[in-house]
Amino acid sequence: MEWRHKDLLDVTQLSKEEVQHVFETATYFQEINSRPVKKVPTLKGHSVVLFFAEPSTRTKTSFDMAGKRLSCDTFSLAKSSSSLTKGETLKDTALTLQAMNPDGIVLRHWASGAAQFLAERLDCSIINAGDGRHAHPTQALLDGFTLYQEWGSLEGKTVLILGDIAHSRVARSNLTLLNKMGAKVRFCGPRTLLPPYIKNWDAEVYTDINEACKGVDAVMCLRLQLERQQDGLLPDLREYSNYFGLGHKQIELANPDVKIMHPGPMNRGVEINSELADCEASLVLDQVASGVATRMALLYLYLTRKK
Amino acid sequence: MSHPELVIRKAVWKGEEVDLLVADGKILDVIPSSDAMYEGAEVVAARGLLLMPSFTDVHTHLREPGFEYKEDIASGLKAAVHGGFSNIMCMANTDPVNDNAVVTDEMLRRAKTAFPEGGPRLFPIGALTKGLAGEELSPMHEMAEAGCAAFSNDGLPIKNSELFRRAMEYGSDTGKPIIDHCEDPYLAPAVGVNEGEVSSVLGLGAQPDVAEAAQVARDLLMAEYLDMHIHLAHISCRKSVDLIAWAKKRRVKVTAETCPHYLLLTEEALHGYNSDTKVNPPLRTADDVEALLAGIKDGTIDMFATDHAPHAAHEKEVEFMNAPCGISGLDSALSLTWSLVADGKITFETFVRMWTTAPCETFDLPLNSFKKGDPADFFLFDPSDEWVLNSKNMHSKGKNTPFRGQTLKGRVISHFLSGKKIV
Repeated sequence: MEWRHKDLLDVTQLSKEEVQHVFETATYFQEINSRPVKKVPTLKGHSVVLFFAEPSTRTKTSFDMAGKRLSCDTFSLAKSSSSLTKGETLKDTALTLQAMNPDGIVLRHWASGAAQFLAERLDCSIINAGDGRHAHPTQALLDGFTLYQEWGSLEGKTVLILGDIAHSRVARSNLTLLNKMGAKVRFCGPRTLLPPYIKNWDAEVYTDINEACKGVDAVMCLRLQLERQQDGLLPDLREYSNYFGLGHKQIELANPDVKIMHPGPMNRGVEINSELADCEASLVLDQVASGVATRMALLYLYLTRKK
Repeated sequence: MSHPELVIRKAVWKGEEVDLLVADGKILDVIPSSDAMYEGAEVVAARGLLLMPSFTDVHTHLREPGFEYKEDIASGLKAAVHGGFSNIMCMANTDPVNDNAVVTDEMLRRAKTAFPEGGPRLFPIGALTKGLAGEELSPMHEMAEAGCAAFSNDGLPIKNSELFRRAMEYGSDTGKPIIDHCEDPYLAPAVGVNEGEVSSVLGLGAQPDVAEAAQVARDLLMAEYLDMHIHLAHISCRKSVDLIAWAKKRRVKVTAETCPHYLLLTEEALHGYNSDTKVNPPLRTADDVEALLAGIKDGTIDMFATDHAPHAAHEKEVEFMNAPCGISGLDSALSLTWSLVADGKITFETFVRMWTTAPCETFDLPLNSFKKGDPADFFLFDPSDEWVLNSKNMHSKGKNTPFRGQTLKGRVISHFLSGKKIV
């Protein structure tokens, strides 16, 4: 398949066939990751800036490793070490980076729309590694790829996304991707953590976790940002854990082969029971492994596209 | 009859071809068009052009003193006259804030300096509270005496209802209207985006229309209780229109304005994160647009205003969430609202009333109704002239408008203030 996109801003840009192509490419790269020598020259001579204006461990390391395994030169830039802290605008920082002529910029930014802002102004590929509450397309693709590897197809499956939907870019991107690939999506959380107008989204919405878990094939827990209590959206973490955290009781209501997922970092004992995070049904570490393969696939597709 | 100094010949006024006669900067007469000779008078051929009384904008931000890089009084007034405006009321969120007579005096002096031979009239709006901080009342009497036409905390509405009540009471003694930007700050932690489907998909912090309507309700109840007039700024949603209609039925002394962008755009314009669409109150839904148009038709909404809010390009060309709110409006307001007439959404009479009679009567400003002795403030308007709004043909320093690049219809061909040609 000839890759026609310059940027990856959101999974809405991708057709079902393109997502499938990402999965198949990632399957190929997954194999490389299991070799004794995990490096190929595929992207030799290419360079990518990992521009993370917001803290990140796994996404940044994942992209870094993905790039290096394809022999791509990766350069890291964090907000704390960039001129953004000196008051430079995002536009000027980005133009400065572009003047160094990289092939791509992987951007993590706290502001929704930041990736699109750069994409409209720069010639190199922009890969959105999470922008505000808006989108996290590579997370959705790696989550989808993880389930694709388990199931072979997402068609007809039901996935519950549990927790702070309102503030989650992961929930938004996963909804789009899972629907695109034929899965049904359920959301569950307290009303204060569900976005307004969620009734118009293509998902079933629950505020009762037990009802939400009935018969689902996978549960994706979302990290609860602990400051939501200070924001007045929750009374306390104890009540949240008791009424909206994933526990053994809820898992028993799901399909017997249910899979448990979490994009990390986890608050064990808050949004997920610690034992469940480590149990056989958990795909948490598979997600991390899939993340490297998926990002290798994406770097390959975007950096070698026909210009 | 005095001898006219200026004759506007064969212009169209109220559907008739007329000659407008001006003497001593005032309207001398409007008469059916003829080929009569007026010796010594300047004669301007205006066949096919509409004759319009100059417009009044009750809500602009001219940024001077303090933020002259965005706009200064001279550039703002220049944009105003090219846009068809003769009376401009400017908000107090300058630096220093216009919360004392010295700042008011200085604003008026700079307006005079910008047009020493006579130009658009500036009517500053004084801050309701010192520093717009919402804690202590401003010296409204001295500001009224210095030339303030009204008082408002505009973008920083007073949270404390008791203090707002006292501000209304004290302000009423000056005889100048109180204007409120209706927004419950507790319900509106984020600005510039309507809480709805679009904000939900784009992942943007937003505020619901209830944040506006809740404060509209407070103000209406307060105005009724105190039996005082309140003017509600830039109304943007159906809930507010409904509440104002309810209050008007109860004979509450309320007037209200809305802006061109609330009638021509919806929250859908935010797709793509164009920061020029970020405005406070935010762009709402198609249903809100419908309610505003109905409110204009039935008189619930009394007048238009631009809420002209110029910003420098570098301030808007940032992450959407970091961008300041505001649309630069003086250059395009006339053409944008004219499109409502051209599309049959409002009548010509409503258009003229909303930009002239209603604001002038509400704020006691000079009005040209083409009666003998009225100030000869008028412009000639070509309704068929198509033009593309761009950075070069905008006179404001602020080029921040979501309408940039659009083809607009109708333009000011020439503008006369006190009988003198300014444009």
